[in-house]
Amino acid sequence: MTTKAWTPSQIVLTLLGTAVSVVFLAPFAWGLFTSLKSETEAVEVPPHWLPEDWTGQAWTALFQSGNITNWFVNSLVVSVCVTSVVLLVSALAGYGFARTEFRGKSALMGLVMAGLMISPAVLGVPLFTTVQQMGMVDTYWGMILPQCAPAAMVYILYKFFQGIPRELEEAAFIDGAGRWRVFFTIVLPLSRPSLAAVGIFTFIASWNNFLWPYMVTNNPDLMTMPNGIATVMNSYGIQWAQLMAGGLMAGLPLIIVFVFFQRQIVAGVAHTGLAGQ
Amino acid sequence: MMATSAHTVAAPARARTAADSVTLGRKQGFQHGGWFVAPFLVLFALFVIWPLLRGVYLSFTDANITGESTSFVGLDNYREALKDPLMWDTLGHSAYFTLLVVPCITVLAFLLAMLAHHIERGKWLWRLCFFAPFLLPSTVAANLWQWLFNPGTGMINHVFGTETPWLTDTSYAMLAIVIETLWWTVGFSFLLYLAALQSIPGHLYEAAKLDGAGAWHRMIHITLPMLRNITGLVVALQILASLQVFDQAVVMMDFGPGPEGATRTFVQYTLEQGFTSYRVGYASAISVIFFVIIAAVALARMWLLRNREESAR
Repeated sequence: MTTKAWTPSQIVLTLLGTAVSVVFLAPFAWGLFTSLKSETEAVEVPPHWLPEDWTGQAWTALFQSGNITNWFVNSLVVSVCVTSVVLLVSALAGYGFARTEFRGKSALMGLVMAGLMISPAVLGVPLFTTVQQMGMVDTYWGMILPQCAPAAMVYILYKFFQGIPRELEEAAFIDGAGRWRVFFTIVLPLSRPSLAAVGIFTFIASWNNFLWPYMVTNNPDLMTMPNGIATVMNSYGIQWAQLMAGGLMAGLPLIIVFVFFQRQIVAGVAHTGLAGQ
Repeated sequence: MMATSAHTVAAPARARTAADSVTLGRKQGFQHGGWFVAPFLVLFALFVIWPLLRGVYLSFTDANITGESTSFVGLDNYREALKDPLMWDTLGHSAYFTLLVVPCITVLAFLLAMLAHHIERGKWLWRLCFFAPFLLPSTVAANLWQWLFNPGTGMINHVFGTETPWLTDTSYAMLAIVIETLWWTVGFSFLLYLAALQSIPGHLYEAAKLDGAGAWHRMIHITLPMLRNITGLVVALQILASLQVFDQAVVMMDFGPGPEGATRTFVQYTLEQGFTSYRVGYASAISVIFFVIIAAVALARMWLLRNREESAR
């Protein structure tokens, strides 16, 4: 690392990068410092960056009001369930479309492609009435299941499975392995990077999902982090220091995970994004 | 595989049986795949296809949120929608937002990726800084910026010494949401560009250097052409996502429509019709119109891609 020379162009670029990074990080800093002020200091005019009296009041108040831990657990339950179901279901379906023959396959594949254009933002109202008819409003099921049919993830894994050489599986079939065994013992282990990409992307999307949980839950005890913070904490006169503390609670887990698993997450997000090419 | 290699020198009759067993193995292995697809299809049918069909059906009715006493009204909802000034306004707001966000995000993502790609030291740190906002929930990012844009207590007016009424003036409100969106989502497109930059073979640049091409020429004649596909992808993904803007707009405007309704987006309008006015039939009709628009954008992109592939051949 130390062998790289500080050429003039590197110095300029590094300074530029630092300046841009400061702009990108400033909102985080503003949020963090606000959360460490008292509520009265937070709304002082003119504003100042650093707290004059550093205090953890907002953070203790946040935990005492009780809801936040509930929301955190709900977020965790929903994201973990969604991610596991999506991984299982879309790996199976991707493989089915890539490698097996069955009647109506190409028509179904076309339907899945059409599904790429549909989201809760587009069809929120009819989706809600459907879930309502199933009696799943204000339940975990109602939050989780509609997030579990992402056509995009099936498509990504379908593309990936098509790229695995068929000979590997054929050899196993001749040795007498059934197709489920081939899938679980040969295909899945080969697909670890793609599965990780899909899993990471799904977890981020689900953890941060606001629109659907917002539509399907009214009960504050059942809300997820983004939903609870946006609706409950924004509804009575906003207490900014507490709101910032809550926001950091919702955002920091993923950012901390990102610091440690940066390579995998970057690869995962790029991989899922690039699959649209 | 084992069978064929063992019998390559054997009599023709035996070689055929070996080949047969390969096809047999393939057939047995790859048939009846319906079971693999079944679990996904059940969920897909229940939560994607059924709501779509149901939305189309409801759009021809006067259904309300309780689902009681629904009657068929033919094309009335669609006729009303075409004459509804609010529908056109909100569609216009979402389109305006898209028009501002897409070019800005594409250029910014490209510039950030070039920067991170060319600085030799601390690559992970630049990546972390530019990408971190994308990891925040939409509502948290929106709250942060609502707080930054706050006229009296917010940092933005203070830092720039201005008194801009960012969130309360019709001409600034959407701009504030656009700025928030750039900060929050540029990291995703940035990563796509960075991955694309890293996959350009280095020997192209070396060859160009040997031919005496300067940095500017290398960028115009190598980098930009090699990034054409990724730019198409970034633009398409951003158009589709931006048309569906909702979260940041409502949170930054305290779940209201913004000053004089200036930031009421199309998605927000459909939800208001469905859940505030309880007009599920009408909300479904405008959702179907929206779906057609989204599908048209997606199909246009597929058509462009196919044309390009054919002309490349």
